[in-house]
Amino acid sequence: MENASRDLLGRSRKKNIRKYLPIYCMMLPGFLYMLINNYFPLPGLQLAFKKFKYSQGIWGSAWNGISNFRYLFRSPDSFMIIRNTICYNLVFILLGTILSIIVAILLNEVRSKRLQQTYQTFILIPYLLSYVIVSYIVYAFLGADNGMINNSIIRAMGYEGVAWYTQAKYWPVILVIVQLWKSFGYSTIIYFASIIGIDHSLYEAAVVDGASTWKQITHITLPLLKPVIIILTMLAIGRILYSDFGLFYQVPMNSGMLYSTTSTIDTFVYRGLLETNDVGRASAAGFLQSVLGFILVLTSNGIVRSVEKEYALF
Amino acid sequence: MKIGGKKVSIVANVVLCLLAFSCVMPLLLLVISSFTSESTLSRNGYSFFPSQFGLDAYLYLWHTRVQLLTAYKMTFIVTTIGTLGNLVVTTLFAYGLSKKQLPGRVFLSFMVFFTMLFNGGIIPSYLMWAQVFHIKDTVWALILPNLLMNGFSVIVMRTYFTANIPAEILEAATLDGAGEWQMLAKVVLPLSSPIIATIALMSGLAYWNDWINGLYYISTHTELFTIQNFLNRLMSSTDFLMNANTNSAIADGIKVPSIGIRMAIAVIALIPIMIIYPFLQKGFVKGIVIGSVKG
Repeated sequence: MENASRDLLGRSRKKNIRKYLPIYCMMLPGFLYMLINNYFPLPGLQLAFKKFKYSQGIWGSAWNGISNFRYLFRSPDSFMIIRNTICYNLVFILLGTILSIIVAILLNEVRSKRLQQTYQTFILIPYLLSYVIVSYIVYAFLGADNGMINNSIIRAMGYEGVAWYTQAKYWPVILVIVQLWKSFGYSTIIYFASIIGIDHSLYEAAVVDGASTWKQITHITLPLLKPVIIILTMLAIGRILYSDFGLFYQVPMNSGMLYSTTSTIDTFVYRGLLETNDVGRASAAGFLQSVLGFILVLTSNGIVRSVEKEYALF
Repeated sequence: MKIGGKKVSIVANVVLCLLAFSCVMPLLLLVISSFTSESTLSRNGYSFFPSQFGLDAYLYLWHTRVQLLTAYKMTFIVTTIGTLGNLVVTTLFAYGLSKKQLPGRVFLSFMVFFTMLFNGGIIPSYLMWAQVFHIKDTVWALILPNLLMNGFSVIVMRTYFTANIPAEILEAATLDGAGEWQMLAKVVLPLSSPIIATIALMSGLAYWNDWINGLYYISTHTELFTIQNFLNRLMSSTDFLMNANTNSAIADGIKVPSIGIRMAIAVIALIPIMIIYPFLQKGFVKGIVIGSVKG
């Protein structure tokens, strides 16, 4: 009896698979691509524990234990790149969230639909630009000889021009401004969409109760935005060890004198791989980024899950 | 719903006007500088109010147009092939994942999801593409790594299919004897134009703006450079453009307007996006919202 039903099950599964054969065919290209692009490289993580030689490849290179990591952490670079990556991200998350929420709330107060549309169009423009173009724009402002700021503002006031691309101390401010400029539109749109979705009757009831505009914002809008804020912040915290390569490589024009405030894990890995041929340290840093990043995503999700289950991503 | 009174609305308009202006003002500097005469640029630098406009940069670019047109052509080719490829691969994969009865669906979905949580980083990926698949200095380097499909858009699309295509319609089509390919082409796709447009937009923008693949994988065959790579190289070595054209330029007795030309090329790279953007603006907004809510 049991055998018979198992047999039947087996046959129906076979039949099922045959029925879905066209579907599997459809999925094949995507599946293969994912396998190659996302899964085949994973064994390459072992490079962090190997002395890499191009001639011997990933598998053929000799193991060298944790000496890549030891070498990485003995240099001051390791502290610098980790500090820069995390601190910049924290500032981006904090200022970006505040700015986008404020703009989204203001956008909601605009009466004319057409103006609302126009503002959205404009604040999204920086998001459409590549960081190569952005670096040209920043150069137009900050170039030492030809830059707008040195020529039209600083020298016009009678001061000596500033060599922006050689002075590391200015770059934390510059990079934060550029990042906010480029990405606040994107998150504003997300927050604005959730504000539009808030039930009107809540505000109407509040008005009847005599609540001021400010009260309505702090007691209705912000609490109802909480899930979106939490989810976006969590996504960002999960990626706190990752930096936008374009922002940190392209915008400071890879200028060596700025590394102390502009190099992050991603630019460090790039330089190790393609510029200084220091694959050992670079792959150790890349390994830490992958593994710690993974742990961070799981942890931040776990924390949110334990506090408020429905806000968790998975 | 607007919650403030008229005063709040006025404040909102003023602040947003300033913000909107600050978003385009830097672009204006780029454009104005590109139309400034080279002598003014070398005297006063880039400026919003140049003392003398001029077409020096664009005239010189016209002389070196071959190089620029090649890069432009590459950008168009890569963006077109890449976006179409992305659409086909993503749609087919997401459609499969939307079949609730599909054996192995949970496993496949997890595989997609996992790619968003964990990745091997750039070094293993670079070594694989360069040493196993030998894509360095080929056009494939601009299309294949990372951009062809991503887990996020697969999941967004799958969610769209399961939420917006009524099961009854699919059943009815099956009863009529439609095969899966027919079903996809005749029933599912016509109902999915919003999500397809969204994915196409996002993918198209990613390909148009990409310079990272070129930076990693194109080193000797600079004729494969897209406009972004071209700009990238021009920034690090100012003479990139000049080297290639010195002879012809000297022959024509033209001085290289090296300050203005950078801005002019950047403007040329921007033009297509700025032309298309107003028409697609709603699509972009929708894409951002769909991506954030349903992912």
